[in-house]
Amino acid sequence: MAGGARWTPSVRRSASVAPNRTRAGAPGRPRLARLGFALLGLVVLGCAPGSGPVRVHVDGAPERLSDWRVLRVEDGALVPNDGVIAYDLNTPLFSDYAHKLRTVWMPMGSRAEYRADGPFELPVGTILSKTFYYPLAGGSARGDGRVARTADDSTGVAAGRLRLDAVRLIETRLLVRRAEGWIALPYVWNQAQTDAVLEIAGADVELTLVSEDVVSEDRASAAGDEIPLGYVVPDLNQCAGCHVRDHGERSLAPIGPTARHLNRWIDTPRGSRNQLEEWAAAGLLGGLPAHDVPRAARALDPGSPDPLEARARAYLDVNCGHCHNPKGPADTSGLFLDHATREPRRLGVCKPPVAAGRGSGDLLYSIVPGRPEQSILVHRMASIDPGVAMPELGRGAVHAEAVELISEWIASLEGDCPVHEGLRTATSIGN
Amino acid sequence: MLDTARLRSPARRLATLALLAPLSWALAGGCAPGEPSPEEVARQLQTRLIEAEPGDVIEIPEGSFDFTRSLSLTVDGVTIRGAGMDRTVLSFAGQTQGAEGLLVTASDFTIEDLAIEDTKGDALKINEGRNVTIRRVRAEWTGGPATENGSYGLYPVQTENVLIEECVAIGASDAGIYVGQSRNVIVRNNRAELNVAGIEIENTVGADVYGNVATRNTGGILVFNMPDLPQEGHSTRVFDNEVIANNTENFAPEGTAVRSVLAGSGVVITANDRVEVFGNRIADNQTANVVIASNYSTGYADREQVEGYDPYPETIYVYGNEFEGGGQAPAMAELEQLRVALFGEEGRLPDVLWDGFSNPDKAATAAEAPPNGASICVDNGEAVLHNVDAPNGFQNPTVDMTAHTCHHEKLPAIAIAGLT
Repeated sequence: MAGGARWTPSVRRSASVAPNRTRAGAPGRPRLARLGFALLGLVVLGCAPGSGPVRVHVDGAPERLSDWRVLRVEDGALVPNDGVIAYDLNTPLFSDYAHKLRTVWMPMGSRAEYRADGPFELPVGTILSKTFYYPLAGGSARGDGRVARTADDSTGVAAGRLRLDAVRLIETRLLVRRAEGWIALPYVWNQAQTDAVLEIAGADVELTLVSEDVVSEDRASAAGDEIPLGYVVPDLNQCAGCHVRDHGERSLAPIGPTARHLNRWIDTPRGSRNQLEEWAAAGLLGGLPAHDVPRAARALDPGSPDPLEARARAYLDVNCGHCHNPKGPADTSGLFLDHATREPRRLGVCKPPVAAGRGSGDLLYSIVPGRPEQSILVHRMASIDPGVAMPELGRGAVHAEAVELISEWIASLEGDCPVHEGLRTATSIGN
Repeated sequence: MLDTARLRSPARRLATLALLAPLSWALAGGCAPGEPSPEEVARQLQTRLIEAEPGDVIEIPEGSFDFTRSLSLTVDGVTIRGAGMDRTVLSFAGQTQGAEGLLVTASDFTIEDLAIEDTKGDALKINEGRNVTIRRVRAEWTGGPATENGSYGLYPVQTENVLIEECVAIGASDAGIYVGQSRNVIVRNNRAELNVAGIEIENTVGADVYGNVATRNTGGILVFNMPDLPQEGHSTRVFDNEVIANNTENFAPEGTAVRSVLAGSGVVITANDRVEVFGNRIADNQTANVVIASNYSTGYADREQVEGYDPYPETIYVYGNEFEGGGQAPAMAELEQLRVALFGEEGRLPDVLWDGFSNPDKAATAAEAPPNGASICVDNGEAVLHNVDAPNGFQNPTVDMTAHTCHHEKLPAIAIAGLT
């Protein structure tokens, strides 16, 4: 009877529900938008929604990405709209080898306020967007789901434009700063790549990842380097899984726009410039100090000047620290991987797992100095089993380069972890 | 009287919309109305959970529903209700994504009358929240015990005011019912079977565990304190339970705390304080009916303990239980040798086994010291405590009860406002 059961759920709503449905810190409340769409959808359909300036929606959740006019399709390319700025991070979050176009837009006359730690204070009305895309695998059509696994961010990008004949757009996530707090909205691109539609329950996209970095023009040799990937667009709650940093408070916040992550050199038409200084010069950022601006290491850039430990810690901070911090949802584990954590045991050195269950992989400690192969951290990064894999989202594929980085770092650590005694089965019975 | 004002309220209109939604979804998907694809079913339920409002009751009808990704709820005050733990089945056998079956981060939450099967990770995890009721929920791995099974069946962690009752947990590769880092907890009238740990209370302050059946697990009912966590637990009462024949070979993955549980353990207290075990029927657990141990016996010797963490079980009170059988086939070579040496080929280990680690600051040799406030007290008829002297390589085991013939002040019952 699996799967075929008749679905007739019902929702009963108690009469005591307060009419004021706005709850500070709650994720987006797109239902009104859904209702609005149902009533007005036919009227809107005829319009060309992408033209004109960025549109602010102070409530509700538009059904289509184009309703925001943050990005527009122009001459076969996806480009940021006027006043929308693309930006990059020192070490981005890994998401199944997807590439990301990040943009920020703030209402005219407003700006972000600098903070040394944590996300900048961004004005009400700010729209952050992150578009996930893959360069198409060589010789494949857009519809066949074959996309490239490559670290090269320049593929399909020309002069800040995503060439639609060279990439497959998957999803665009918006973070919108409203008076009552941030809301997250996941939009999924249609097959024709003309627009993206709000999908609060997420979506699944079947892809084939074709390794490009190790393959030459000889397509035949790529056959062995293809892996199927069930790309998962997160649902609204899963958005919160990463973006709620204080689990007790449960309010959403951006992760990327911090001094540490944005403090990097970028190519501009006027040459190489510091990204934060560019923001400040453009009037997007106030209070940028002249000195002592923190900078996260560039974990995996081929030309990264940063030392091994800094690169490893930067990777762990971005990919794990949003949950594994003293206030995050993974504080239940006692394992903290955010950049502020210094105590080795908290970082996992000789720390037994608490509730890893079978995620432990028959290993005793999160990190065994000098022994990446005995470290649970590496084991979980190298798995795609949903009951084992870490991070829990965006990990349908193993991030091989990161496994290598973290392994190298653990191999460089010195020390030993204790051995067992007392009452115990494994050592004494030998099962 | 028709309350027009209420009818016009957004909540009412939206409720109506929600009821119409399945039809429109089915049409949009091109399927026959009422028979959406499994993907559509999953999306519908997840959409319901995302759009839920405080006070909602989300009812899932009879049937078996397949999910490939985990479900989650973040809205306070929601009830999820099925048609019965054998009638409404959420199956995650085909799960490809998500570390849980259902992840809840919300307060005032009730889930009842359904089953969650074959999740890759935990079946039901509730991470932070107050006033949580889990009632008549079955969490099961249907293939029976296997290391590949998910870790926890019913898993509230960092919660307060928690009631788990009349549930069933089967096949967890860690703990069937696992209450972690919580406060004010009642676990009653459940059945835990064929898990590594049947029921586990970990780093929790104030728990009553009663009326449960724990059988055929590796260890029946565990009360644990683990290091590295924000909260150390104490004050748990384990009473009026049936803890029978928990002799299943330990199938937990290496590295987990329960990996150290010896097959054949009835009630296990590890590094926890102020624990009362009374009025239970504890029988045929072949290592020992009650095992009391320090954190040094969990597989992590780790003499450099985490600062502030107390690795010793203290103020333990075992009284008035009905013991029967057990202790005849301990799952550890040293204990088997002790059994034969001390009690004969046909003998059995005593009902209460203690690893013998005690705080050196509180008594030079705990076995000889007079009972004190931190002692392990056993007042259970003929039953004796067996100090196996693990700290000294099992050299000087003893059943001398001098240090353990004592009483502690009894703990108060747990009360949860509005529930008990």
